[in-house]
Amino acid sequence: MKRIVHKHPLAIRWFHWINFPVLFVMIWSGLLIYWAYDPYKIVLGDWTLISFFPDGFYKALGLSRRLAEGMAWHFVFMWLFLLNGLLYVGYTIVSGEWRHLVPNRHSFREAIQVTAYDLGLRKTQPPFIKYNGAQKIAYFSIMIMGAGSVLTGYAIYKPTQFYWLTALSGGYEMARLIHFALTVGYVLFFVVHIAQVIRAGWGNFQSMVTGFDVLKANDPAQPLRPAPEPQPTNDPTPDPAPIRPALS
Amino acid sequence: MKTSNEPNLPESDAPESAIRRRTLRSFGLFALAATVPFGVYSWIKNSPKVFGIKKPLRRVLDANEQIARTYFSNTHLVKTYPREEAAKRPRVNGFDGLRTSLPADWKLQIDRPNQEPLLLTMDDVRALPKQELIYDFKCVEGWSQIQHWGGVRLSDFLERYKLGTKSGNAPAPDRPTDLYSFVGMETPDKGYYVGIDMESALHPQTLLAYELNGQPINNQHGAPIRLIIPHKYGVKNLKRIGRIFFSDTRPRDFWAERGYDYYLGL
Repeated sequence: MKRIVHKHPLAIRWFHWINFPVLFVMIWSGLLIYWAYDPYKIVLGDWTLISFFPDGFYKALGLSRRLAEGMAWHFVFMWLFLLNGLLYVGYTIVSGEWRHLVPNRHSFREAIQVTAYDLGLRKTQPPFIKYNGAQKIAYFSIMIMGAGSVLTGYAIYKPTQFYWLTALSGGYEMARLIHFALTVGYVLFFVVHIAQVIRAGWGNFQSMVTGFDVLKANDPAQPLRPAPEPQPTNDPTPDPAPIRPALS
Repeated sequence: MKTSNEPNLPESDAPESAIRRRTLRSFGLFALAATVPFGVYSWIKNSPKVFGIKKPLRRVLDANEQIARTYFSNTHLVKTYPREEAAKRPRVNGFDGLRTSLPADWKLQIDRPNQEPLLLTMDDVRALPKQELIYDFKCVEGWSQIQHWGGVRLSDFLERYKLGTKSGNAPAPDRPTDLYSFVGMETPDKGYYVGIDMESALHPQTLLAYELNGQPINNQHGAPIRLIIPHKYGVKNLKRIGRIFFSDTRPRDFWAERGYDYYLGL
């Protein structure tokens, strides 16, 4: 017998993996749109630190002269992005999952400790239940960013109909800038996310597919509980687990 | 450090064989589900094109238009700005329909059902009350610019000359079925053409513009008269109008034929 922890509910796994290709299409089609008017850059005085984007970037990815195509994909898949996001947020609220996700007053200190641990500046990481402080902040931020993308997106898409949304975004041009900056944020998140998933290892990754993680005895990297409890007798249902004994 | 209200994750014991089986099943389903996005992509990619864009995408764009036309209000006005904020040198972006010179005998031609086309001069148009509009002109490319236009309301124009209806009367809100569904416009050389839904055409800020920054508009901006429809992207703002006509089916549209959404309402 092994002890497993039921980490990710089925709904969360669906939302997560549906979001992956949908957000990919949104970012890719967004680049096709952005190509047609690409003024953003980060400058320090007279020195351009980063230009979004150099010609070679468009050329390498084949993004040039495809505005109509980009708009078509963007305004089709926006519905899936919106719907999936709404269902995700709705589910986390109704199911109580939000308790694992929303940062609390300890999260920022924890996040600093986790970062120090990740950088090898600390021997131990603070204990956590599902997500550590850094994860809570990252995943919660990404949810808020998603809402920001939808709102600024509609502010650009229908600036006359949603004039109040455009005003709230700081105007039409500011809405487009925020919409773009949030997308850069997703890409940065993605890079860190992938690196951390690789670091965390197979057990963590497979739990996003299977939903459960197998607990190892005395694993210092995964101090989920002080010790495996003998039997989850306090569970209201006798057989709450997706794994049924009948399978064995 | 257990945080205040975060519950522990449920745990249970399971035999290793069950865990293995469950893992395999999950990954099998995952692999199967992962084929769906590839399937959707190749379905779209292998679909025929409808006016320059894949059919499934075109259908959703048309559905988006239906949503906009059903649920959005046509009375929302585009934000206007003080005159000082208008660009001194308004941007020119496109010469389709302007590559030939303006015919010396130019007259604004408006087709009417069961009647001879109406031919008007600029003096006829200027006789109508002049409206000014200083707003943020928005290009489909993503840029925008505050511009100052002057001209006559298209709705005033249609009313004055009893246009846009099947009966030949002035458009009346109480007889919506009498209205044609679309207004079509094209340049004299037919090198550029747009179709506008009638609701957008009758919007109080839709102008037949003949002034830019208080001066007659120049050739590049669409002299002698052009469409300014502020709640649509710039591509719908046809320059140098040669002919106006009405239809219950979508008039052909230059950029919609090249893969863009037909409606492009903002």
